[in-house]
Amino acid sequence: MDNKEKAAAGIKINRRQFFKISAAGLGASSIAVVGVMPTAARAEVRQYKLFRATETRNNCTYCSVGCGILIYSLGDGAKNAKKKIFHIEGDPDHPVSRGSLCPKGAGILDFVHSSQRLKYPEVREAGSNEWKRISWNEALDRIARLMKDDRDANFIEKNEKGQLVNRWATTGFLGSSAASNETGILDVKFARALGMVHLENQARLCHGPSVAGLAPSFGRGAMTNNWVDIKNANVILVMGGNPAEAHPVGFKWAVEAKIRNNAYMMVVDPRFNRTAAVSDFYSPIRAGADTAFLLGVANYLLSQDKIQHEYVKANTNAPLIVREDYVFENGLFSGYDAEKRSYDRSSWAYELGADGYALRDETLQHPRCVFNLLKKHVERYTPEMVSNICGTPKADFLHVCEKLASTCVPDKTTSILYALGWTQHVGGSQMIRASAIVQLLLGNIGMPGGGINALRGHSNVQGFTDLGVLTTMLPGYLTLPNDNQESLKTYLEQRTPKTLADKQINYWKNTSKFMVSFLKGMWGDKATADNEWGYHWLPKWDRSYDVMAFVEQMNKGKANGYIIQGFNVIAAAASSGKVRSGLAKLKYLVVIDPLQTETSSFWQNHGEFNDVNPAEIQTTVFRLPSSCFAEENGSIANSARWLQWHWAAQTPPHEAWHDGKFLGSLLMKLRDLYAKEGGICPEPLMNVDWHYHDPKDPHPEEVAKQLNGYALADLFDDKGNPVAKKGELLSSFAHLRDDGTTSSLCWIYTGQWTQAGNMMARRDNTDTGLGNTPGWGFAWPANRRLLYNRASADPSGKPWDPNRKFLHWDGVKWGGADVPDFPPTIAPGSGVSPFIMLQDGVGHLFSLGAMTDGPFPEHYEPEESPIPANPLHSGSGKSPVARIFKDDKESFGSRNEFPYVATSYSITEMFRHWTKHAHLNAVVQPEQFVEISEKLAASKGIKAGDLIKVSSKRGHIRGKAVVTKRVMTLQVAGQEVEQVGIPVHWGFEGTTRKGFLANILSPRVGDANTHTPEYKAFLVNIEKA
Amino acid sequence: MSMQSQDIIRRSATSSLTPPPQVRDHKLEVAKLIDVSICIGCKGCQVACSEWNDLRDEVGHNHGIYDNPVDLTAKSWTVMRFAEHQSEGGRLQWLIRKDGCMHCADPGCLKACPSPGAIIQYANGVVDFQSEQCIGCGYCVTGCPFNVPRINKEDNKAYKCTLCSDRLAVGQEPSCVKTCPTGAIQFGTKEDMKLVAEDRVKDLKARGYPNAGLYDPQGVGGTHVMYVLHHADQPELYNGLPKDPSISPLVGLWKGVAKPLATLALAGVALGSLFHYVTKGPNEVSKEIEDEIEAEDKEEAK
Repeated sequence: MDNKEKAAAGIKINRRQFFKISAAGLGASSIAVVGVMPTAARAEVRQYKLFRATETRNNCTYCSVGCGILIYSLGDGAKNAKKKIFHIEGDPDHPVSRGSLCPKGAGILDFVHSSQRLKYPEVREAGSNEWKRISWNEALDRIARLMKDDRDANFIEKNEKGQLVNRWATTGFLGSSAASNETGILDVKFARALGMVHLENQARLCHGPSVAGLAPSFGRGAMTNNWVDIKNANVILVMGGNPAEAHPVGFKWAVEAKIRNNAYMMVVDPRFNRTAAVSDFYSPIRAGADTAFLLGVANYLLSQDKIQHEYVKANTNAPLIVREDYVFENGLFSGYDAEKRSYDRSSWAYELGADGYALRDETLQHPRCVFNLLKKHVERYTPEMVSNICGTPKADFLHVCEKLASTCVPDKTTSILYALGWTQHVGGSQMIRASAIVQLLLGNIGMPGGGINALRGHSNVQGFTDLGVLTTMLPGYLTLPNDNQESLKTYLEQRTPKTLADKQINYWKNTSKFMVSFLKGMWGDKATADNEWGYHWLPKWDRSYDVMAFVEQMNKGKANGYIIQGFNVIAAAASSGKVRSGLAKLKYLVVIDPLQTETSSFWQNHGEFNDVNPAEIQTTVFRLPSSCFAEENGSIANSARWLQWHWAAQTPPHEAWHDGKFLGSLLMKLRDLYAKEGGICPEPLMNVDWHYHDPKDPHPEEVAKQLNGYALADLFDDKGNPVAKKGELLSSFAHLRDDGTTSSLCWIYTGQWTQAGNMMARRDNTDTGLGNTPGWGFAWPANRRLLYNRASADPSGKPWDPNRKFLHWDGVKWGGADVPDFPPTIAPGSGVSPFIMLQDGVGHLFSLGAMTDGPFPEHYEPEESPIPANPLHSGSGKSPVARIFKDDKESFGSRNEFPYVATSYSITEMFRHWTKHAHLNAVVQPEQFVEISEKLAASKGIKAGDLIKVSSKRGHIRGKAVVTKRVMTLQVAGQEVEQVGIPVHWGFEGTTRKGFLANILSPRVGDANTHTPEYKAFLVNIEKA
Repeated sequence: MSMQSQDIIRRSATSSLTPPPQVRDHKLEVAKLIDVSICIGCKGCQVACSEWNDLRDEVGHNHGIYDNPVDLTAKSWTVMRFAEHQSEGGRLQWLIRKDGCMHCADPGCLKACPSPGAIIQYANGVVDFQSEQCIGCGYCVTGCPFNVPRINKEDNKAYKCTLCSDRLAVGQEPSCVKTCPTGAIQFGTKEDMKLVAEDRVKDLKARGYPNAGLYDPQGVGGTHVMYVLHHADQPELYNGLPKDPSISPLVGLWKGVAKPLATLALAGVALGSLFHYVTKGPNEVSKEIEDEIEAEDKEEAK
């Protein structure tokens, strides 16, 4: 009987119960009554299992909340005992997690001890059907040989124009955004020293658009506020994200806002998810229509005059005047070149005065001031239009608008929480831009309890983004030079932005200091003024070698090798089938990972799940065991930019190695080969500064210090006061120089490890106000916890909200709960605006030429759209500049053949394709499923629990049907639209039941700015399997 | 190692002639408060429970719902139960309830258990199973008004949530409580938890749930696991949480049997019942008898 029946049955007792109770039991206990049973009255609780176990502090390796964990290992530290982890729970001291762990973190022990942990190096020879155990030495010898042969054969010293490019594009390198920063910077040094240009990490596939959308708006491409600060919000809009499922512990602070701050929480999402379950209001939206919704909100705020006028005037570019030749018409901005599918962005700029500064109209009357252009741009997004495009009921839309509008006053804020539901769209970067416009109009940026909170994915995807483990990037958001930047001087001229408004900081004017310090960190003593600090040893790029592009390159037979570190690319990249066919064309694939992944076994036949013939695949595959987070020291950066240091709780199991040991050992093998045999362009790999105590196995501590940076000479400030002695660690990026007297591999990380010690290891969780804990770890930049916090006070220095006093001017300098994100001694009323990283000092409603697809966002239909036309434009109504390869055009499906909108996502119990290897997580979500509406199910004769087949033009998967009211049938552009929800977590490797890689279904079409593929809105058909 | 904890206020199948040692009775009565209105159903508690208790259940199947495992098992001591609820014209709600042992003040399992000392109740309110004493008869399963304990086929013993009695014993909170990401599970003295619940109920009422309330059913003397419900008037909405749970009357009847002075007489009654059952078939126990037994139970609980 289940509880329901039982409740209904009341006191009815069935036959079995009756007998049990009245007969047998009587016998047993009557014996006891008469004292025959010899039991003593003893009882005990289970022995507490943690007494004297070794407790080690670490951080959860899954998501970017960066929860603190306590790891318990066998042994009390005695030399003769080998530490082995047997229990992991939350760290109650951690300011964000406060002891909590979500199901992923709570089950992390089973990742550490997964039965699929790799034990020793193995090779699968070309065409073979099996793994063969080999030694590390043999593996490294063979890999070094393959790499050198490919590099020597395909390295490009000069391009066809004769420009020096020093590029090796035929072997790629994927880093892992779950690895530590110390591994990440070694990745950069290793790969760039070899001339690699396809250097990427998972950020490309997830939060690339966050940087692309936020940096042009505010100056930095990161979560504006932080996890705990969400508790200060009055209204929370969760859209394009599902934090209750993807970031449950960070979501604690949204719930806290509800409970302690009486906040109102709204969820707008294609499905009623677990965040919606605890929200105050949920409304559905068609996947891929978020830009229309947000621009509709902007239109509402502007047309209803629900904006914070004073903030908008002081802190945004609303008054600045745009060039006359800027035009927007029928979905196209000025400068479009249909042939190249790209824009000439020169007209997306301010009209400049003779002083080189933008013209402005403080009255906001000028027809071409940003304010009026924005008004004009969004007026098409009426509530009716929004409802028509999004399928959101008009009343729901207006309700959301009203609630957001309630925070246009200085003492109320909205916090926006988003994640991959915005970034993983073909127009993802512009969705984030649209939210930036909304928040600037409401005056919510820089405010405690406000902001746009990009909830990043992997535990260190923020770090790997910071470190520039991305094809055209360098650490600290510097860019890798391109072919035309033929000298450091040219590079710096092009990359150092001009100041566009009087008195503004424009902090990127210091680009030369960051770049030269990076080059000094990269090449050490070998970088000299004479060789432009080793500038030419960096590879230069002619095009983006992102993941999509490299998959294309592999398929065309133009790539030979791939080194993949902790990145299950066949599962994570769009169109798994195409990734697989690409990998099959490689000469060699090297996978270093803690786990058996689908990427390393792509050549193995797993029936319908992976139907390949190993004999036909000639790729030699090396599978190398790496340590995991629990077996290393190092730091990771959470979504709130907190660098947190963690410690190893056991040694890597069996023959597993730290990533750094792999990189160091391999580089030493390569150096030996080049020393012995010579070869093409050996200078960079010979000269890269690799002076670690053991070059084959760098320690994380020494790498972290190098990352921070050193004074290479005695340093003095401009008044002649000593700043740092030669050889000392630097304490601030303000001390960096462009004369070769400082080194720093990543300027924004300077301050993480100073003469005072490891700042990332700090554990003071004192609340300095509004939940701010600057004594915990270290946050870049300069330990600021809330970006743009100068904007929490008005130009005269008075906090917008007296109850949210975050910074204050004491007459001499700024102080308060946080480190000011502003020059500390510039007084209020000085005319210096708060967005110090931008050329004009103000938040960007109009993003100038920073985005490739427009200075304002615009709604374009997804490449695979369920409606025949974009209600806003004539023509295709699709992004005119989305990333599409010619060969992929045939792989897009039509609405006739594939009538339903599919959207893929993560669910709470699982972390991407990772937790399927952990038994505890496999128990709570054992098998692949697909979510559909009751109406769609009924029309197809599908019942809950039936196996169904989901097909796109690119392939199919099968999963159990979850038929639910939570997926709703929508009315879009006069037709019914059904959506199909596809959780992504299963595969043909793991402890869960075997499943299909969900990305078999997803299309290869990328965001124009970042080439992040569309995972959230594409077309499928379904049938009962 | 076994030791007398001396704080056992009740012990299964033990008469007043052989009471458990219980002088250390000056203990805080504890409770776990589950606020369903902020539970996101993440299953963090499920996983943390299994991790702490060294349990690894089987990897099952998806059954067309989010619930997994679909029911409590001997190796899954707590499970999340999901229910989609849409009242007419109302907005959709996803009601998610963490199911598991309620640690009743008046535990049906303990009363039904025929094996001396296999089920005990500590002074702090925790109802714990002593597996060594368990004979696997399954009476606790039938005696439980919430259908919680499960028999493990491998060792034929009953298992359920211990409220992490091992953690409590060293001054820590239960594992599920610690891990809960949103604070939907809280732990403290029962008195404090009732106060927390009051605030939550007030907030829910202000947010449009006029029937919000605390679930602390008096039919089992109150529980040491309580719920805050948005619809306290309809607990059945939450996957059949019983509205007025009470111990099956025959468990009460059986408990009477254990009293030595009544043993013979009640054995007669039991035999009579058996005779009645055999000749006339199953019967419902009259409301009067049930009330009588309940009153007796309450009397004794005092």
